[in-house]
Amino acid sequence: MELQAVLMAAGGGSRMMDLTYNTPKPLLPVGNKPLLWYPLNLLERVGFEEVIVITTKEVHKMISTDPKMKLDVKMKLDVVCIPEDADMGTADALRYIQQKVKTDILVVSCDLITDAALHEVVDLFRAHNATLAMLMSKAREFTETVPGQKGKKKAGEQRDFVGVDGTGKRLLFLANEADLEEGLAVRKSIMRKHPRMHIKTGLVDAHLYCLKKSVVEFLVDNKSISSIRGELVPYLVRKQFSRASSCPKDKEDPDQDLNRKDGNSSLEILRTAPVDEPLLQLARERSCWNDHRGDMSAAYHGGRLRCYVHVLEDDGEGVCYRVNTLATYIEANRLAPKLFEEPAVHPTAVVSERCQVGADSIIGASCQLADKTSIKRSILGASTTIREKVKVTNSIIMHGVTIEEGCNIQGSVICSNAHIGRGADIKYCLVGSGQRIEPEADRTNEVIVGSDQLMEI
Amino acid sequence: MSQATVNMADTGEAVADGLAGDITRAKVEGKELTKEEKQRLRKEKKQQKKQKDKKGENDEKAPSERDKEKPVTPSSTPLSMKPPTQKAPSAVPAPSTASLPIPIPMPASEAPGPSPSPTSADKPVKSKAELKAERRARQEADRASKQGKKGGEPGPQASSSKPKAPPNELQPVVKRLPEHVQVDDPAVVKKLAKKLERQQIPLRSDYGYKVSLFSHLHQYSKKAPLTQQISIPSTVIHPSVVRLGLQYSQGIVAGSNARSVALLHAFKQVIRDYNTPPNEELSRDLVNKLKPYISFLNQCRPLSASMGNAIKYIKKEISNIPSQCKEEEAKNKLQTCIDSYINEKITLAAEAIYEYAIEKISDGDVILVYGCSSLVNHILCEASEKSRKFRVIVVDSRPRLEGREALRRLVQRGIRCTYVLISALSYILPEVSKVFLGAHALLANGYVMSRVGTSQVALVAKAFNVPVLVCCETYKFCERVQTDSFVSNELGDPDDLMVTRKGKTQLEHWQEVPSLGLLNLVYDVTPPDFVDLVITELGMIPCTSVPVVLRVKNVDQ
Repeated sequence: MELQAVLMAAGGGSRMMDLTYNTPKPLLPVGNKPLLWYPLNLLERVGFEEVIVITTKEVHKMISTDPKMKLDVKMKLDVVCIPEDADMGTADALRYIQQKVKTDILVVSCDLITDAALHEVVDLFRAHNATLAMLMSKAREFTETVPGQKGKKKAGEQRDFVGVDGTGKRLLFLANEADLEEGLAVRKSIMRKHPRMHIKTGLVDAHLYCLKKSVVEFLVDNKSISSIRGELVPYLVRKQFSRASSCPKDKEDPDQDLNRKDGNSSLEILRTAPVDEPLLQLARERSCWNDHRGDMSAAYHGGRLRCYVHVLEDDGEGVCYRVNTLATYIEANRLAPKLFEEPAVHPTAVVSERCQVGADSIIGASCQLADKTSIKRSILGASTTIREKVKVTNSIIMHGVTIEEGCNIQGSVICSNAHIGRGADIKYCLVGSGQRIEPEADRTNEVIVGSDQLMEI
Repeated sequence: MSQATVNMADTGEAVADGLAGDITRAKVEGKELTKEEKQRLRKEKKQQKKQKDKKGENDEKAPSERDKEKPVTPSSTPLSMKPPTQKAPSAVPAPSTASLPIPIPMPASEAPGPSPSPTSADKPVKSKAELKAERRARQEADRASKQGKKGGEPGPQASSSKPKAPPNELQPVVKRLPEHVQVDDPAVVKKLAKKLERQQIPLRSDYGYKVSLFSHLHQYSKKAPLTQQISIPSTVIHPSVVRLGLQYSQGIVAGSNARSVALLHAFKQVIRDYNTPPNEELSRDLVNKLKPYISFLNQCRPLSASMGNAIKYIKKEISNIPSQCKEEEAKNKLQTCIDSYINEKITLAAEAIYEYAIEKISDGDVILVYGCSSLVNHILCEASEKSRKFRVIVVDSRPRLEGREALRRLVQRGIRCTYVLISALSYILPEVSKVFLGAHALLANGYVMSRVGTSQVALVAKAFNVPVLVCCETYKFCERVQTDSFVSNELGDPDDLMVTRKGKTQLEHWQEVPSLGLLNLVYDVTPPDFVDLVITELGMIPCTSVPVVLRVKNVDQ
């Protein structure tokens, strides 16, 4: 077997608490499908036959009862429940399933919606015998107004600086703005080997990583690493250029000598060679290929740890979204209908004749739409009830919502089981789950959640 | 004249018979035989051996004829052709050259003569026609029995489109053209597609407009790898073979030796992960397992001659595994076979070639090399370590610019180098004292197949009277015959010819210009007139001795 797929679905959705306090993030509906369905569909399309899903018990219960997941996903799902109280990062989760990992792994996050060609990432991983291969995409501007956002969106915080070499494939440098206090420092060893480096900002990390099996073994040894994106990936990118003999400059090592030895030994795990190394070495010596030119060193500068990145360009290579903020959630809902071919109006929905449903709207199962309603560019979840003379534009309505007659909903997100009283005028609002909006209400640009949610941090 | 020859023949016969008596008498008496007697004795022994071998070879001929699945050519022609070819290998070790001309015409006239005489002792005298009929009947019986045994085996052996080892004898058999030079024939393409479908390998489609002279060859694009069409955790194809195919198509593993070593490495991993399914024999099932992998690799990049020979060797080794051998044992045996093949044919051969080549490098030499040949680089690096003082001129050509890698390796060892592009060849040649070239393959008619541009270098060197030495291991010798570079070649990615200078790529939209075709040839053939010496591990041979080496190799195996 070549690759095992691991789906990380235990995340909390900390950046969109308004949406996720009631529904766990993997089950948020996007285009009337749970968010978890999208990466699973991607893996299935590409040809995987089984996936290890790491999630919480709550989500596991919901998945097993959800009919849509059972029908659509034909792969074998090996669900691993992690204890909810232990605050586990993604790397901790990998350490947890270390026994199940038998080959190289492909780690996918549950909030990834993409139709990119995965073989590009995996080809980099295979061809160069890389330790890490990841996928990134150019960030897109969001044009929709996000409910509840006051003022302009603060751009520029938490930027990622990604340094690639001349070919644009080899990952040389990866740092987050939050980690760089004084400025961007690039080590001389990198500049000596790769004098030309392109530094890009404005890239979105798709959280899709191909990792070698030795990385999981390395994680078992190094329990201090708890997040793949936050700690493991920058560590690997840095270690590409460190020598085995020289000591790694770690500021947080209390006991330098001991950790130096540990660091080197665990680094050796990452660099361990397969059994037939002499033959591979001979083949590489005899091959007349080099990945760089201009200096006297052999291919890859003799380094055994290599990290590669595939950056999705704008033109036609596909969409890539990570649904971790409200803005991306809305954007993803906008694009979801284009990603799969299903009838826009679910067959069990009851739509009366004098109702206007726009072409890019999705009506979920068992909906009831009364006369003289107008639905444009919106998504209606399952079992929603829309009474007469309601206008819904540019909105996302989750399941179980009741909207009384005469309402006007624009640019809003109405979470599940909410109740909108008659005649209400909701513009660019986020109505939390189970909320009731009084009749004749007039809300603009507000986040309406219950008081108990306000207490949660 | 004819009378005299008849008399000669008669007297020869009489003398032979009489001599036999003399010789036995001499042996009995313990006298030393005279020189003529010894010659005559040798001749008789040879004839007797020939008769015995003729009978033995009739059985051997049946399997080799079955491989070609052609109607049986009349057995008289192979029989009459047999003696000269059989004579030649046995003539080579013959001690005295004087006896050479005599044995050859002798069998023609004396075949009917002495043949009854040795057999007369044990069998009744048969006429020539009866003997022939007997042999033919025996052949048919052998073939029928062998076909019955192998009836269950699938036809891929016969329908494989690569030419197998040609017959040792000069039989008039029509060889099928390999499919990779018949791309413009839709029937062949359809047949290939069906074969790939059966093996569950995706078909790689051709890319771009092909220049009409080369429209019979495949042209692939690097931007459309074969992995696009297979599932990501590849289940049909072993992961190391997928990796190898990717490395071939992207050019990460390039060069005849590197490709063969990488191929054998991948096969070692395949063998290691292989488990014999129940009710199957390892010797047959493993070969069938390897066939789709070889098709896959062929789709990624056409196989080289050295890879073809390595594959033949492995298949032979696998089929020779006895059926009672346990699986672990068999797998270990195969792994050691592969290791020893690489060791003998590549590593030690390089050492041997170095030993011969070092005699040709003298102090003060100016050596010209073209492109990046791993063998030539090895020779030059080792020679510089033995402190021979020479300098090297590296000639390079677009689009591959492999000379830069050769330049790096030589300069790293401290050799003084000059770097030119091939357009400057005639300006630089007056300084050159020798030209060392590497080879991708050596063809059976003495032509050298190598990177495109090699024949140009050889031609210009010949014009300047500079000796051209080709270094090549014997495992790259192939039985193909080619006199031009059109018939069988490889077309590289045409987009490689595009170059971006100052941000502008002139050929960016070459596909939209209807009358423009980009041609990126990979190989060319150099005639043996331009090559002065071929250095192999068997010694320094002229180009025309390649068929001899091939023949000796086949007899050995």
